Amino acid sequence: MSLDAMVLILITVISAATPLLYAALGELVAERAGVLNLGVEGMMLAGAVTAFAVTVTTGSASLGIVAGAIAGAVLAFAFGVLTLSLLANQVATGLALTIFGIGLSALVGAGFVGIPVERLPRLAVPGVSDLPVLGPLLFGHDVLVYLGLLMTFGVAWFLKRTRGGMILRAVGESDVSAHSIGYDVIKVRYLAVLFGGLMAGLGGAFLSLSYTPMWVEEMTAGRGWIALALVVFASWRPWRVLLGAYLFGGVTILQLHAQGAGGLFGLPAQVLSMLPYLATILVLTIIAAGPWRGRLNAPASLGKPFRPAT
Amino acid sequence: MSEPAAAPARLELRGITKRFPGVIANSEVSFAVGPGEIHALLGENGAGKSTLVKIIYGVLHADEGELIWQGEPVRIADPKAARRLGIGMVFQHFSLFEAMTVLENVALGVDDVTDLGTLAAKIEQVSKAYGLPLDPRREVHTLSVGERQRIEIVRCLLQSPKLLIMDEPTSVLTPQEVERLFETLRILAQEGCSILYISHKLHEIKALCDRATILRGGKVVGTCDPKAETARSMAQQMIGAELRTPARRAGTVAGQARLAVRGLSLPAEGPFGTSLKDIGFEVRAGEIFGIAGVAGNGQAELFQALSGERPAATADAIRLDDRPVGRVGAGGRRAQGLCAVPEERNGHAAVPDMSLIDNVVLSARQRKALVTRGFILAGRARAFAETVIKAFDVRTPGPTAAARSLSGGNLQKFVVGREVLQAPAVLIAAQPTWGVDAGAAVAIHQALLDLAAGGAAILVISQDLDELLVLTDRLAVINGGALSPPLPTAGASLDQIGLLMGGLHGMAEHVPAHGSAVADVA
Repeated sequence: MSLDAMVLILITVISAATPLLYAALGELVAERAGVLNLGVEGMMLAGAVTAFAVTVTTGSASLGIVAGAIAGAVLAFAFGVLTLSLLANQVATGLALTIFGIGLSALVGAGFVGIPVERLPRLAVPGVSDLPVLGPLLFGHDVLVYLGLLMTFGVAWFLKRTRGGMILRAVGESDVSAHSIGYDVIKVRYLAVLFGGLMAGLGGAFLSLSYTPMWVEEMTAGRGWIALALVVFASWRPWRVLLGAYLFGGVTILQLHAQGAGGLFGLPAQVLSMLPYLATILVLTIIAAGPWRGRLNAPASLGKPFRPAT
Repeated sequence: MSEPAAAPARLELRGITKRFPGVIANSEVSFAVGPGEIHALLGENGAGKSTLVKIIYGVLHADEGELIWQGEPVRIADPKAARRLGIGMVFQHFSLFEAMTVLENVALGVDDVTDLGTLAAKIEQVSKAYGLPLDPRREVHTLSVGERQRIEIVRCLLQSPKLLIMDEPTSVLTPQEVERLFETLRILAQEGCSILYISHKLHEIKALCDRATILRGGKVVGTCDPKAETARSMAQQMIGAELRTPARRAGTVAGQARLAVRGLSLPAEGPFGTSLKDIGFEVRAGEIFGIAGVAGNGQAELFQALSGERPAATADAIRLDDRPVGRVGAGGRRAQGLCAVPEERNGHAAVPDMSLIDNVVLSARQRKALVTRGFILAGRARAFAETVIKAFDVRTPGPTAAARSLSGGNLQKFVVGREVLQAPAVLIAAQPTWGVDAGAAVAIHQALLDLAAGGAAILVISQDLDELLVLTDRLAVINGGALSPPLPTAGASLDQIGLLMGGLHGMAEHVPAHGSAVADVA
């Protein structure tokens, strides 16, 4: 394989990893606050269709990206009202949110199927972008790719270094303790869930505006679920989410290229397209059964409803 | 402090009433705490002590009544407001975050943190000044219970409190740790800090407090000077009835070993678990054997290994009437005569949402033949549930009531009765009277003593030393998953047991030189 082909593959890996990175970072923050939102897939779809529709209608990709993020947050807010204020079961509500997102996005997107949209522009830096290998690899991406990396840094810094991050972790660790010291558990969780929605929406926007610039029903193709698995894989740490996203992005691209090359080791294409999902299951199984499960670092109050006494 | 009229009291409560659905937790509670006074709030479980202090700390809000802070009526909206006034609180179930560092835990409870470096220095300074050694960088789950409590205390002291509330602070401490805590509290009181001390342990209140307010059923039933009272007289005010003491059988007949444990090791389950290390002991017919220890030293794992919830590595590690049962599950062991009462009533000993009848079927189906060919014999099950209810004076509308609907003491009497009436050869009881009222505790102790007198071997795992001293013939201490050699209870001193309990936490060098504050237990 030539160097240029390698560079091309790496660029596509970064592209494939970005939606996973957004969705998983958002879910990580929600889970560190103790909320398990299984509606990531639904929120991504809402973001994807909204971003696409707004971009097509207004002609502004920036507006589209913002609208996609807001759409994800709106769904997340509905999830928050149901689970945090009305104390509905988080697992059931999250599943419902995904199903709702699939249906709603198909309905909204019905009129946009087959319409082309211009791919997000790559940020070209004069001079450096033309460097061999490093140029395209480091400087040939669009704004959302860089924002994703920035968000990884930002989330890691927020959780570890700021008082707000400390309070968020405390709420996820023990809601009862946080409440008795005097923190507003429900408010912190709302904010975390909303951030999760924004990020899932951005992940969706990247899919429909950059990764494959078009709208197709259920175009997330299970990426929301992979993002959920990534959070566990990363043991709730932002930098490991980044690593995991690139790993899964790599597997996705690997199977695409293998299919293009007419199969790998004589396996049929359908088996190859199962690879990312098989990898997810495999990783989750190894994590759950392996000897290191004790150090998993899961937030202690994850998924537990909290009702403050007054 | 009997005349607080001269200077305004630090805190005065006037007619505090708090209702929860179906229950009045506090009714017209009034009392005052003077500056520098150590004031005890005394009462049984469920008397309303914890509700009352949560109202003072702003976690709950009173339905009626007034709080007067240094002469001024105040409204305490939330714990932040309480801290601004100068009220600090150390919670009974600590308000700590296991996976976070000591520094972070303190920072979360302090409202004006500038930067963590300065805070760490302040923690070390305060912890040195009050003899509460703490390493700010450690994660909480690696600390002993005594060290965890220090975090809460240091967190309060950093705000220079004028009133410190302590909710049952000693229930998890070794006697030596209790003594060190009392030293700290006395220094604080001398500096003018008022302390509201909640407990139902009378000897502690006698040793520490200047005045006591006694609560019963949510109402104030009396105020006294604990140093002038006897433990017995205060206990009777607290429960409002004559206190019975369990009748102890005369001499113990040391029969043959019914439960023999040898070389029992078990790896820890989960990151915060304790592994069992080469545990060995015997419990003989007619004997009550006690296992003391600070919570989290392997008691839960030992209970699981003995009850059969987790199998031992070899069948020979646990022998029941000389039959190897180490690889037999919980149901099989019960069938062979080993019954167990776990510590947690709701969810471990009983299924909260199922009826008492269903709950007896789950445990007694084999020994009481309540099931045949997969069908439940409803009549027999109901009759057995009714027998348990009657024999153990369980207050419930009837056997169809859900386990959840019973009060703690009544449900505990029910689960103990359910096992005792199966006439086991060996009974394992973990914390059999944890959180139950004095009347129920006496009934449960009597049932265990009677069962032993009938020839059964009984193992009691408890953190309550008083309980073990009353009940057991011999006792051993579990620490870090290892069991000490057994001591005859009659000859054991509290200091000796306390040192064994503290073993791994470096308490040995801190033995108080003077008389222990808990020496008047008996």
